[in-house]
Amino acid sequence: MGRIAEAFATAADDHRAALVIYLCAGDPSLDATVELVVAAAEAGADVIELGVPFSDPTADGLAIQQASERSLARGTTMRGVLDVVRRVRERSAVPILLFGYYNPILHYGEAKLVADAKAAGVDGFLVVDLPPEEADPLVAPIREAGLGYVPLVAPTSTDSRVVQAAALASGFVYYVSMTGVTGSKDAVLDEAAERAAELRTKIDAPVAVGFGIATADDARVVAAKADGVVVGSAIVRAIASASDVEGATAAVHALVSSLAAACRR
Amino acid sequence: MRATLDLPPDFDPVSGRFGKFGGRFVAETLMPALDELTKAFLAAWADADFRNELDGLLRDYVGRETPLYHARRLSGEVGADVWLKREDLAHTGAHKVNNTVGQVLLAKRMGKTRVIAETGAGQHGVATATACALFGLPCEVFMGAEDVRRQAPNVRRMELLGAKVHAVQSGSRTLKDAMNEALRDWVTNVEDTYYCVGSAAGPHPYPLIVRELQSVIGREARAQMLRQKGRLPDVVVACVGGGSNAIGAFAGFLEDRDVKLVGVEAAGEGLHGKHAAPLTAGSVGVLHGAKSYLLQTDDGQVAEAHSISAGLDYPGVGPEHSHLKDTGRATYVAVTDDEALAGFQQLTRLEGILPALETSHAIGALPKIVAKEGEGVSIVVCLSGRGDKDLETVQSVLAERAAKTH
Repeated sequence: MGRIAEAFATAADDHRAALVIYLCAGDPSLDATVELVVAAAEAGADVIELGVPFSDPTADGLAIQQASERSLARGTTMRGVLDVVRRVRERSAVPILLFGYYNPILHYGEAKLVADAKAAGVDGFLVVDLPPEEADPLVAPIREAGLGYVPLVAPTSTDSRVVQAAALASGFVYYVSMTGVTGSKDAVLDEAAERAAELRTKIDAPVAVGFGIATADDARVVAAKADGVVVGSAIVRAIASASDVEGATAAVHALVSSLAAACRR
Repeated sequence: MRATLDLPPDFDPVSGRFGKFGGRFVAETLMPALDELTKAFLAAWADADFRNELDGLLRDYVGRETPLYHARRLSGEVGADVWLKREDLAHTGAHKVNNTVGQVLLAKRMGKTRVIAETGAGQHGVATATACALFGLPCEVFMGAEDVRRQAPNVRRMELLGAKVHAVQSGSRTLKDAMNEALRDWVTNVEDTYYCVGSAAGPHPYPLIVRELQSVIGREARAQMLRQKGRLPDVVVACVGGGSNAIGAFAGFLEDRDVKLVGVEAAGEGLHGKHAAPLTAGSVGVLHGAKSYLLQTDDGQVAEAHSISAGLDYPGVGPEHSHLKDTGRATYVAVTDDEALAGFQQLTRLEGILPALETSHAIGALPKIVAKEGEGVSIVVCLSGRGDKDLETVQSVLAERAAKTH
């Protein structure tokens, strides 16, 4: 079992939903991201989604769009993101998922990226714009390397698409709570959690819910029924509104602690 | 009853690829909608009633067929036999309307109650707003803030037509960012909204839909050449941003192996500076749902494009063009902002036709093409749109130059 699947199993044994925290690498800096990942892990994050910034994040709302722009303006590269993972690994064993868009991966070379990511200590991949139909060139080397792959399932996904996505999963399946972009306030979270629980009966992988989960109250609603809770934009906003890295680290620690408490059943 | 769709050469309808290009690289949320759209389009395209209704609208509303005009004075000056396919005479002043009337008719047939579109120069936005007015559907158009500034007359036209125009402030604030924002809207409102893509780009089935709806340009031009000149042209030329007018013009001649197809990209300030020529100077990547040639950095970030013409100011290109480039069926050249301006002035003075700045690239490429193909060749140029929207840009650039030389 990979570290991601282990983290979900451990959380389930502890009677809580696994807490997945998204951070945009390089916002405000790669050095800061190392500190923020360690702080989030210490505060109770079970899995880190480390966002690889992309110039055209079509599935993201304003918070993550702007974080990506800030990060790219500072010169963040794929190699820089892998270096963050290498540095985190000197201090923490928290499972890390690279989260991003396909073009930087295609440009780097799928097999080469998987090899370099594994060497750096990455546990898996989630690619927003890579549906099952197009996933083979990336999933094949991931499988060979024994790393995790997290497919997305949306409210619009048909039953056959759910099965197709779940067949690729190693780690968990990411259920998108609503039709929309990240950071939206439109999610109806109790319904999304209900749908995630229903999905769970059809597939052989834990189901985490993301999009539109910002507060401990939101997390509590989802954690009651889903295997995992993903929080991204709220973390990114907390970092953006802090005045320095220490402030951002403290803010992330506090927010993740309250989210982790809310994930207990 | 018509025959079902004759698929384009080397097109795989399952993967949505032209050779190795195209496909569907989008969020899972949109995948079922793309499946639904593919089925709906193929069914409509095979349905004689749909085709008859569309043909009637193209004739009576759009004003097709558009003329093929023998440009004698231009011919004399460039040393070739030049024929202009007058898409600038189509309703709304550009080829874009061929696509929007078809797609909005399809939206209506699919029971969609809201239409969105992205636009660069504003021609596709105007054409979408026009079709929505015709069919009584609400329309919202996403347009980069930079393009809102440089194409102000088209913004006013869209608003008069009842469309809501969103000025997009992110990224380079041009067509690429407008398309990002349209995709974000679609992923949010996918149940009731039809996304009317304006170029032969985007995820499958858009490149197929747009090329089929625009192929009327090439079919007409081919028949007109045979009728008016008595033989096929040696070369067909069209400008390429995303590439919808070019793919439409080329589609009519793909099987005529002796007819050379030349796409003209925007070289902007020059291929070593800022430009918008992914086929000429880019590499393979994925943007807006399709694998195709792309302008990108060493780290796989999409690079900002530049062109004097808002409609060509796009770092990507439709996947069928990438395929035609790789197979050698079409060739692609690039002309600079300056060469395009020269083309604009040349056509205006010699023929009394003000072309759009996009189209001016095709005119501006003629000296290069004649130099390569030889004096006296016959050339069909797709005159994709009229230039009224660009008067302010052209005048300010010319005034700047005059100031420099004095």
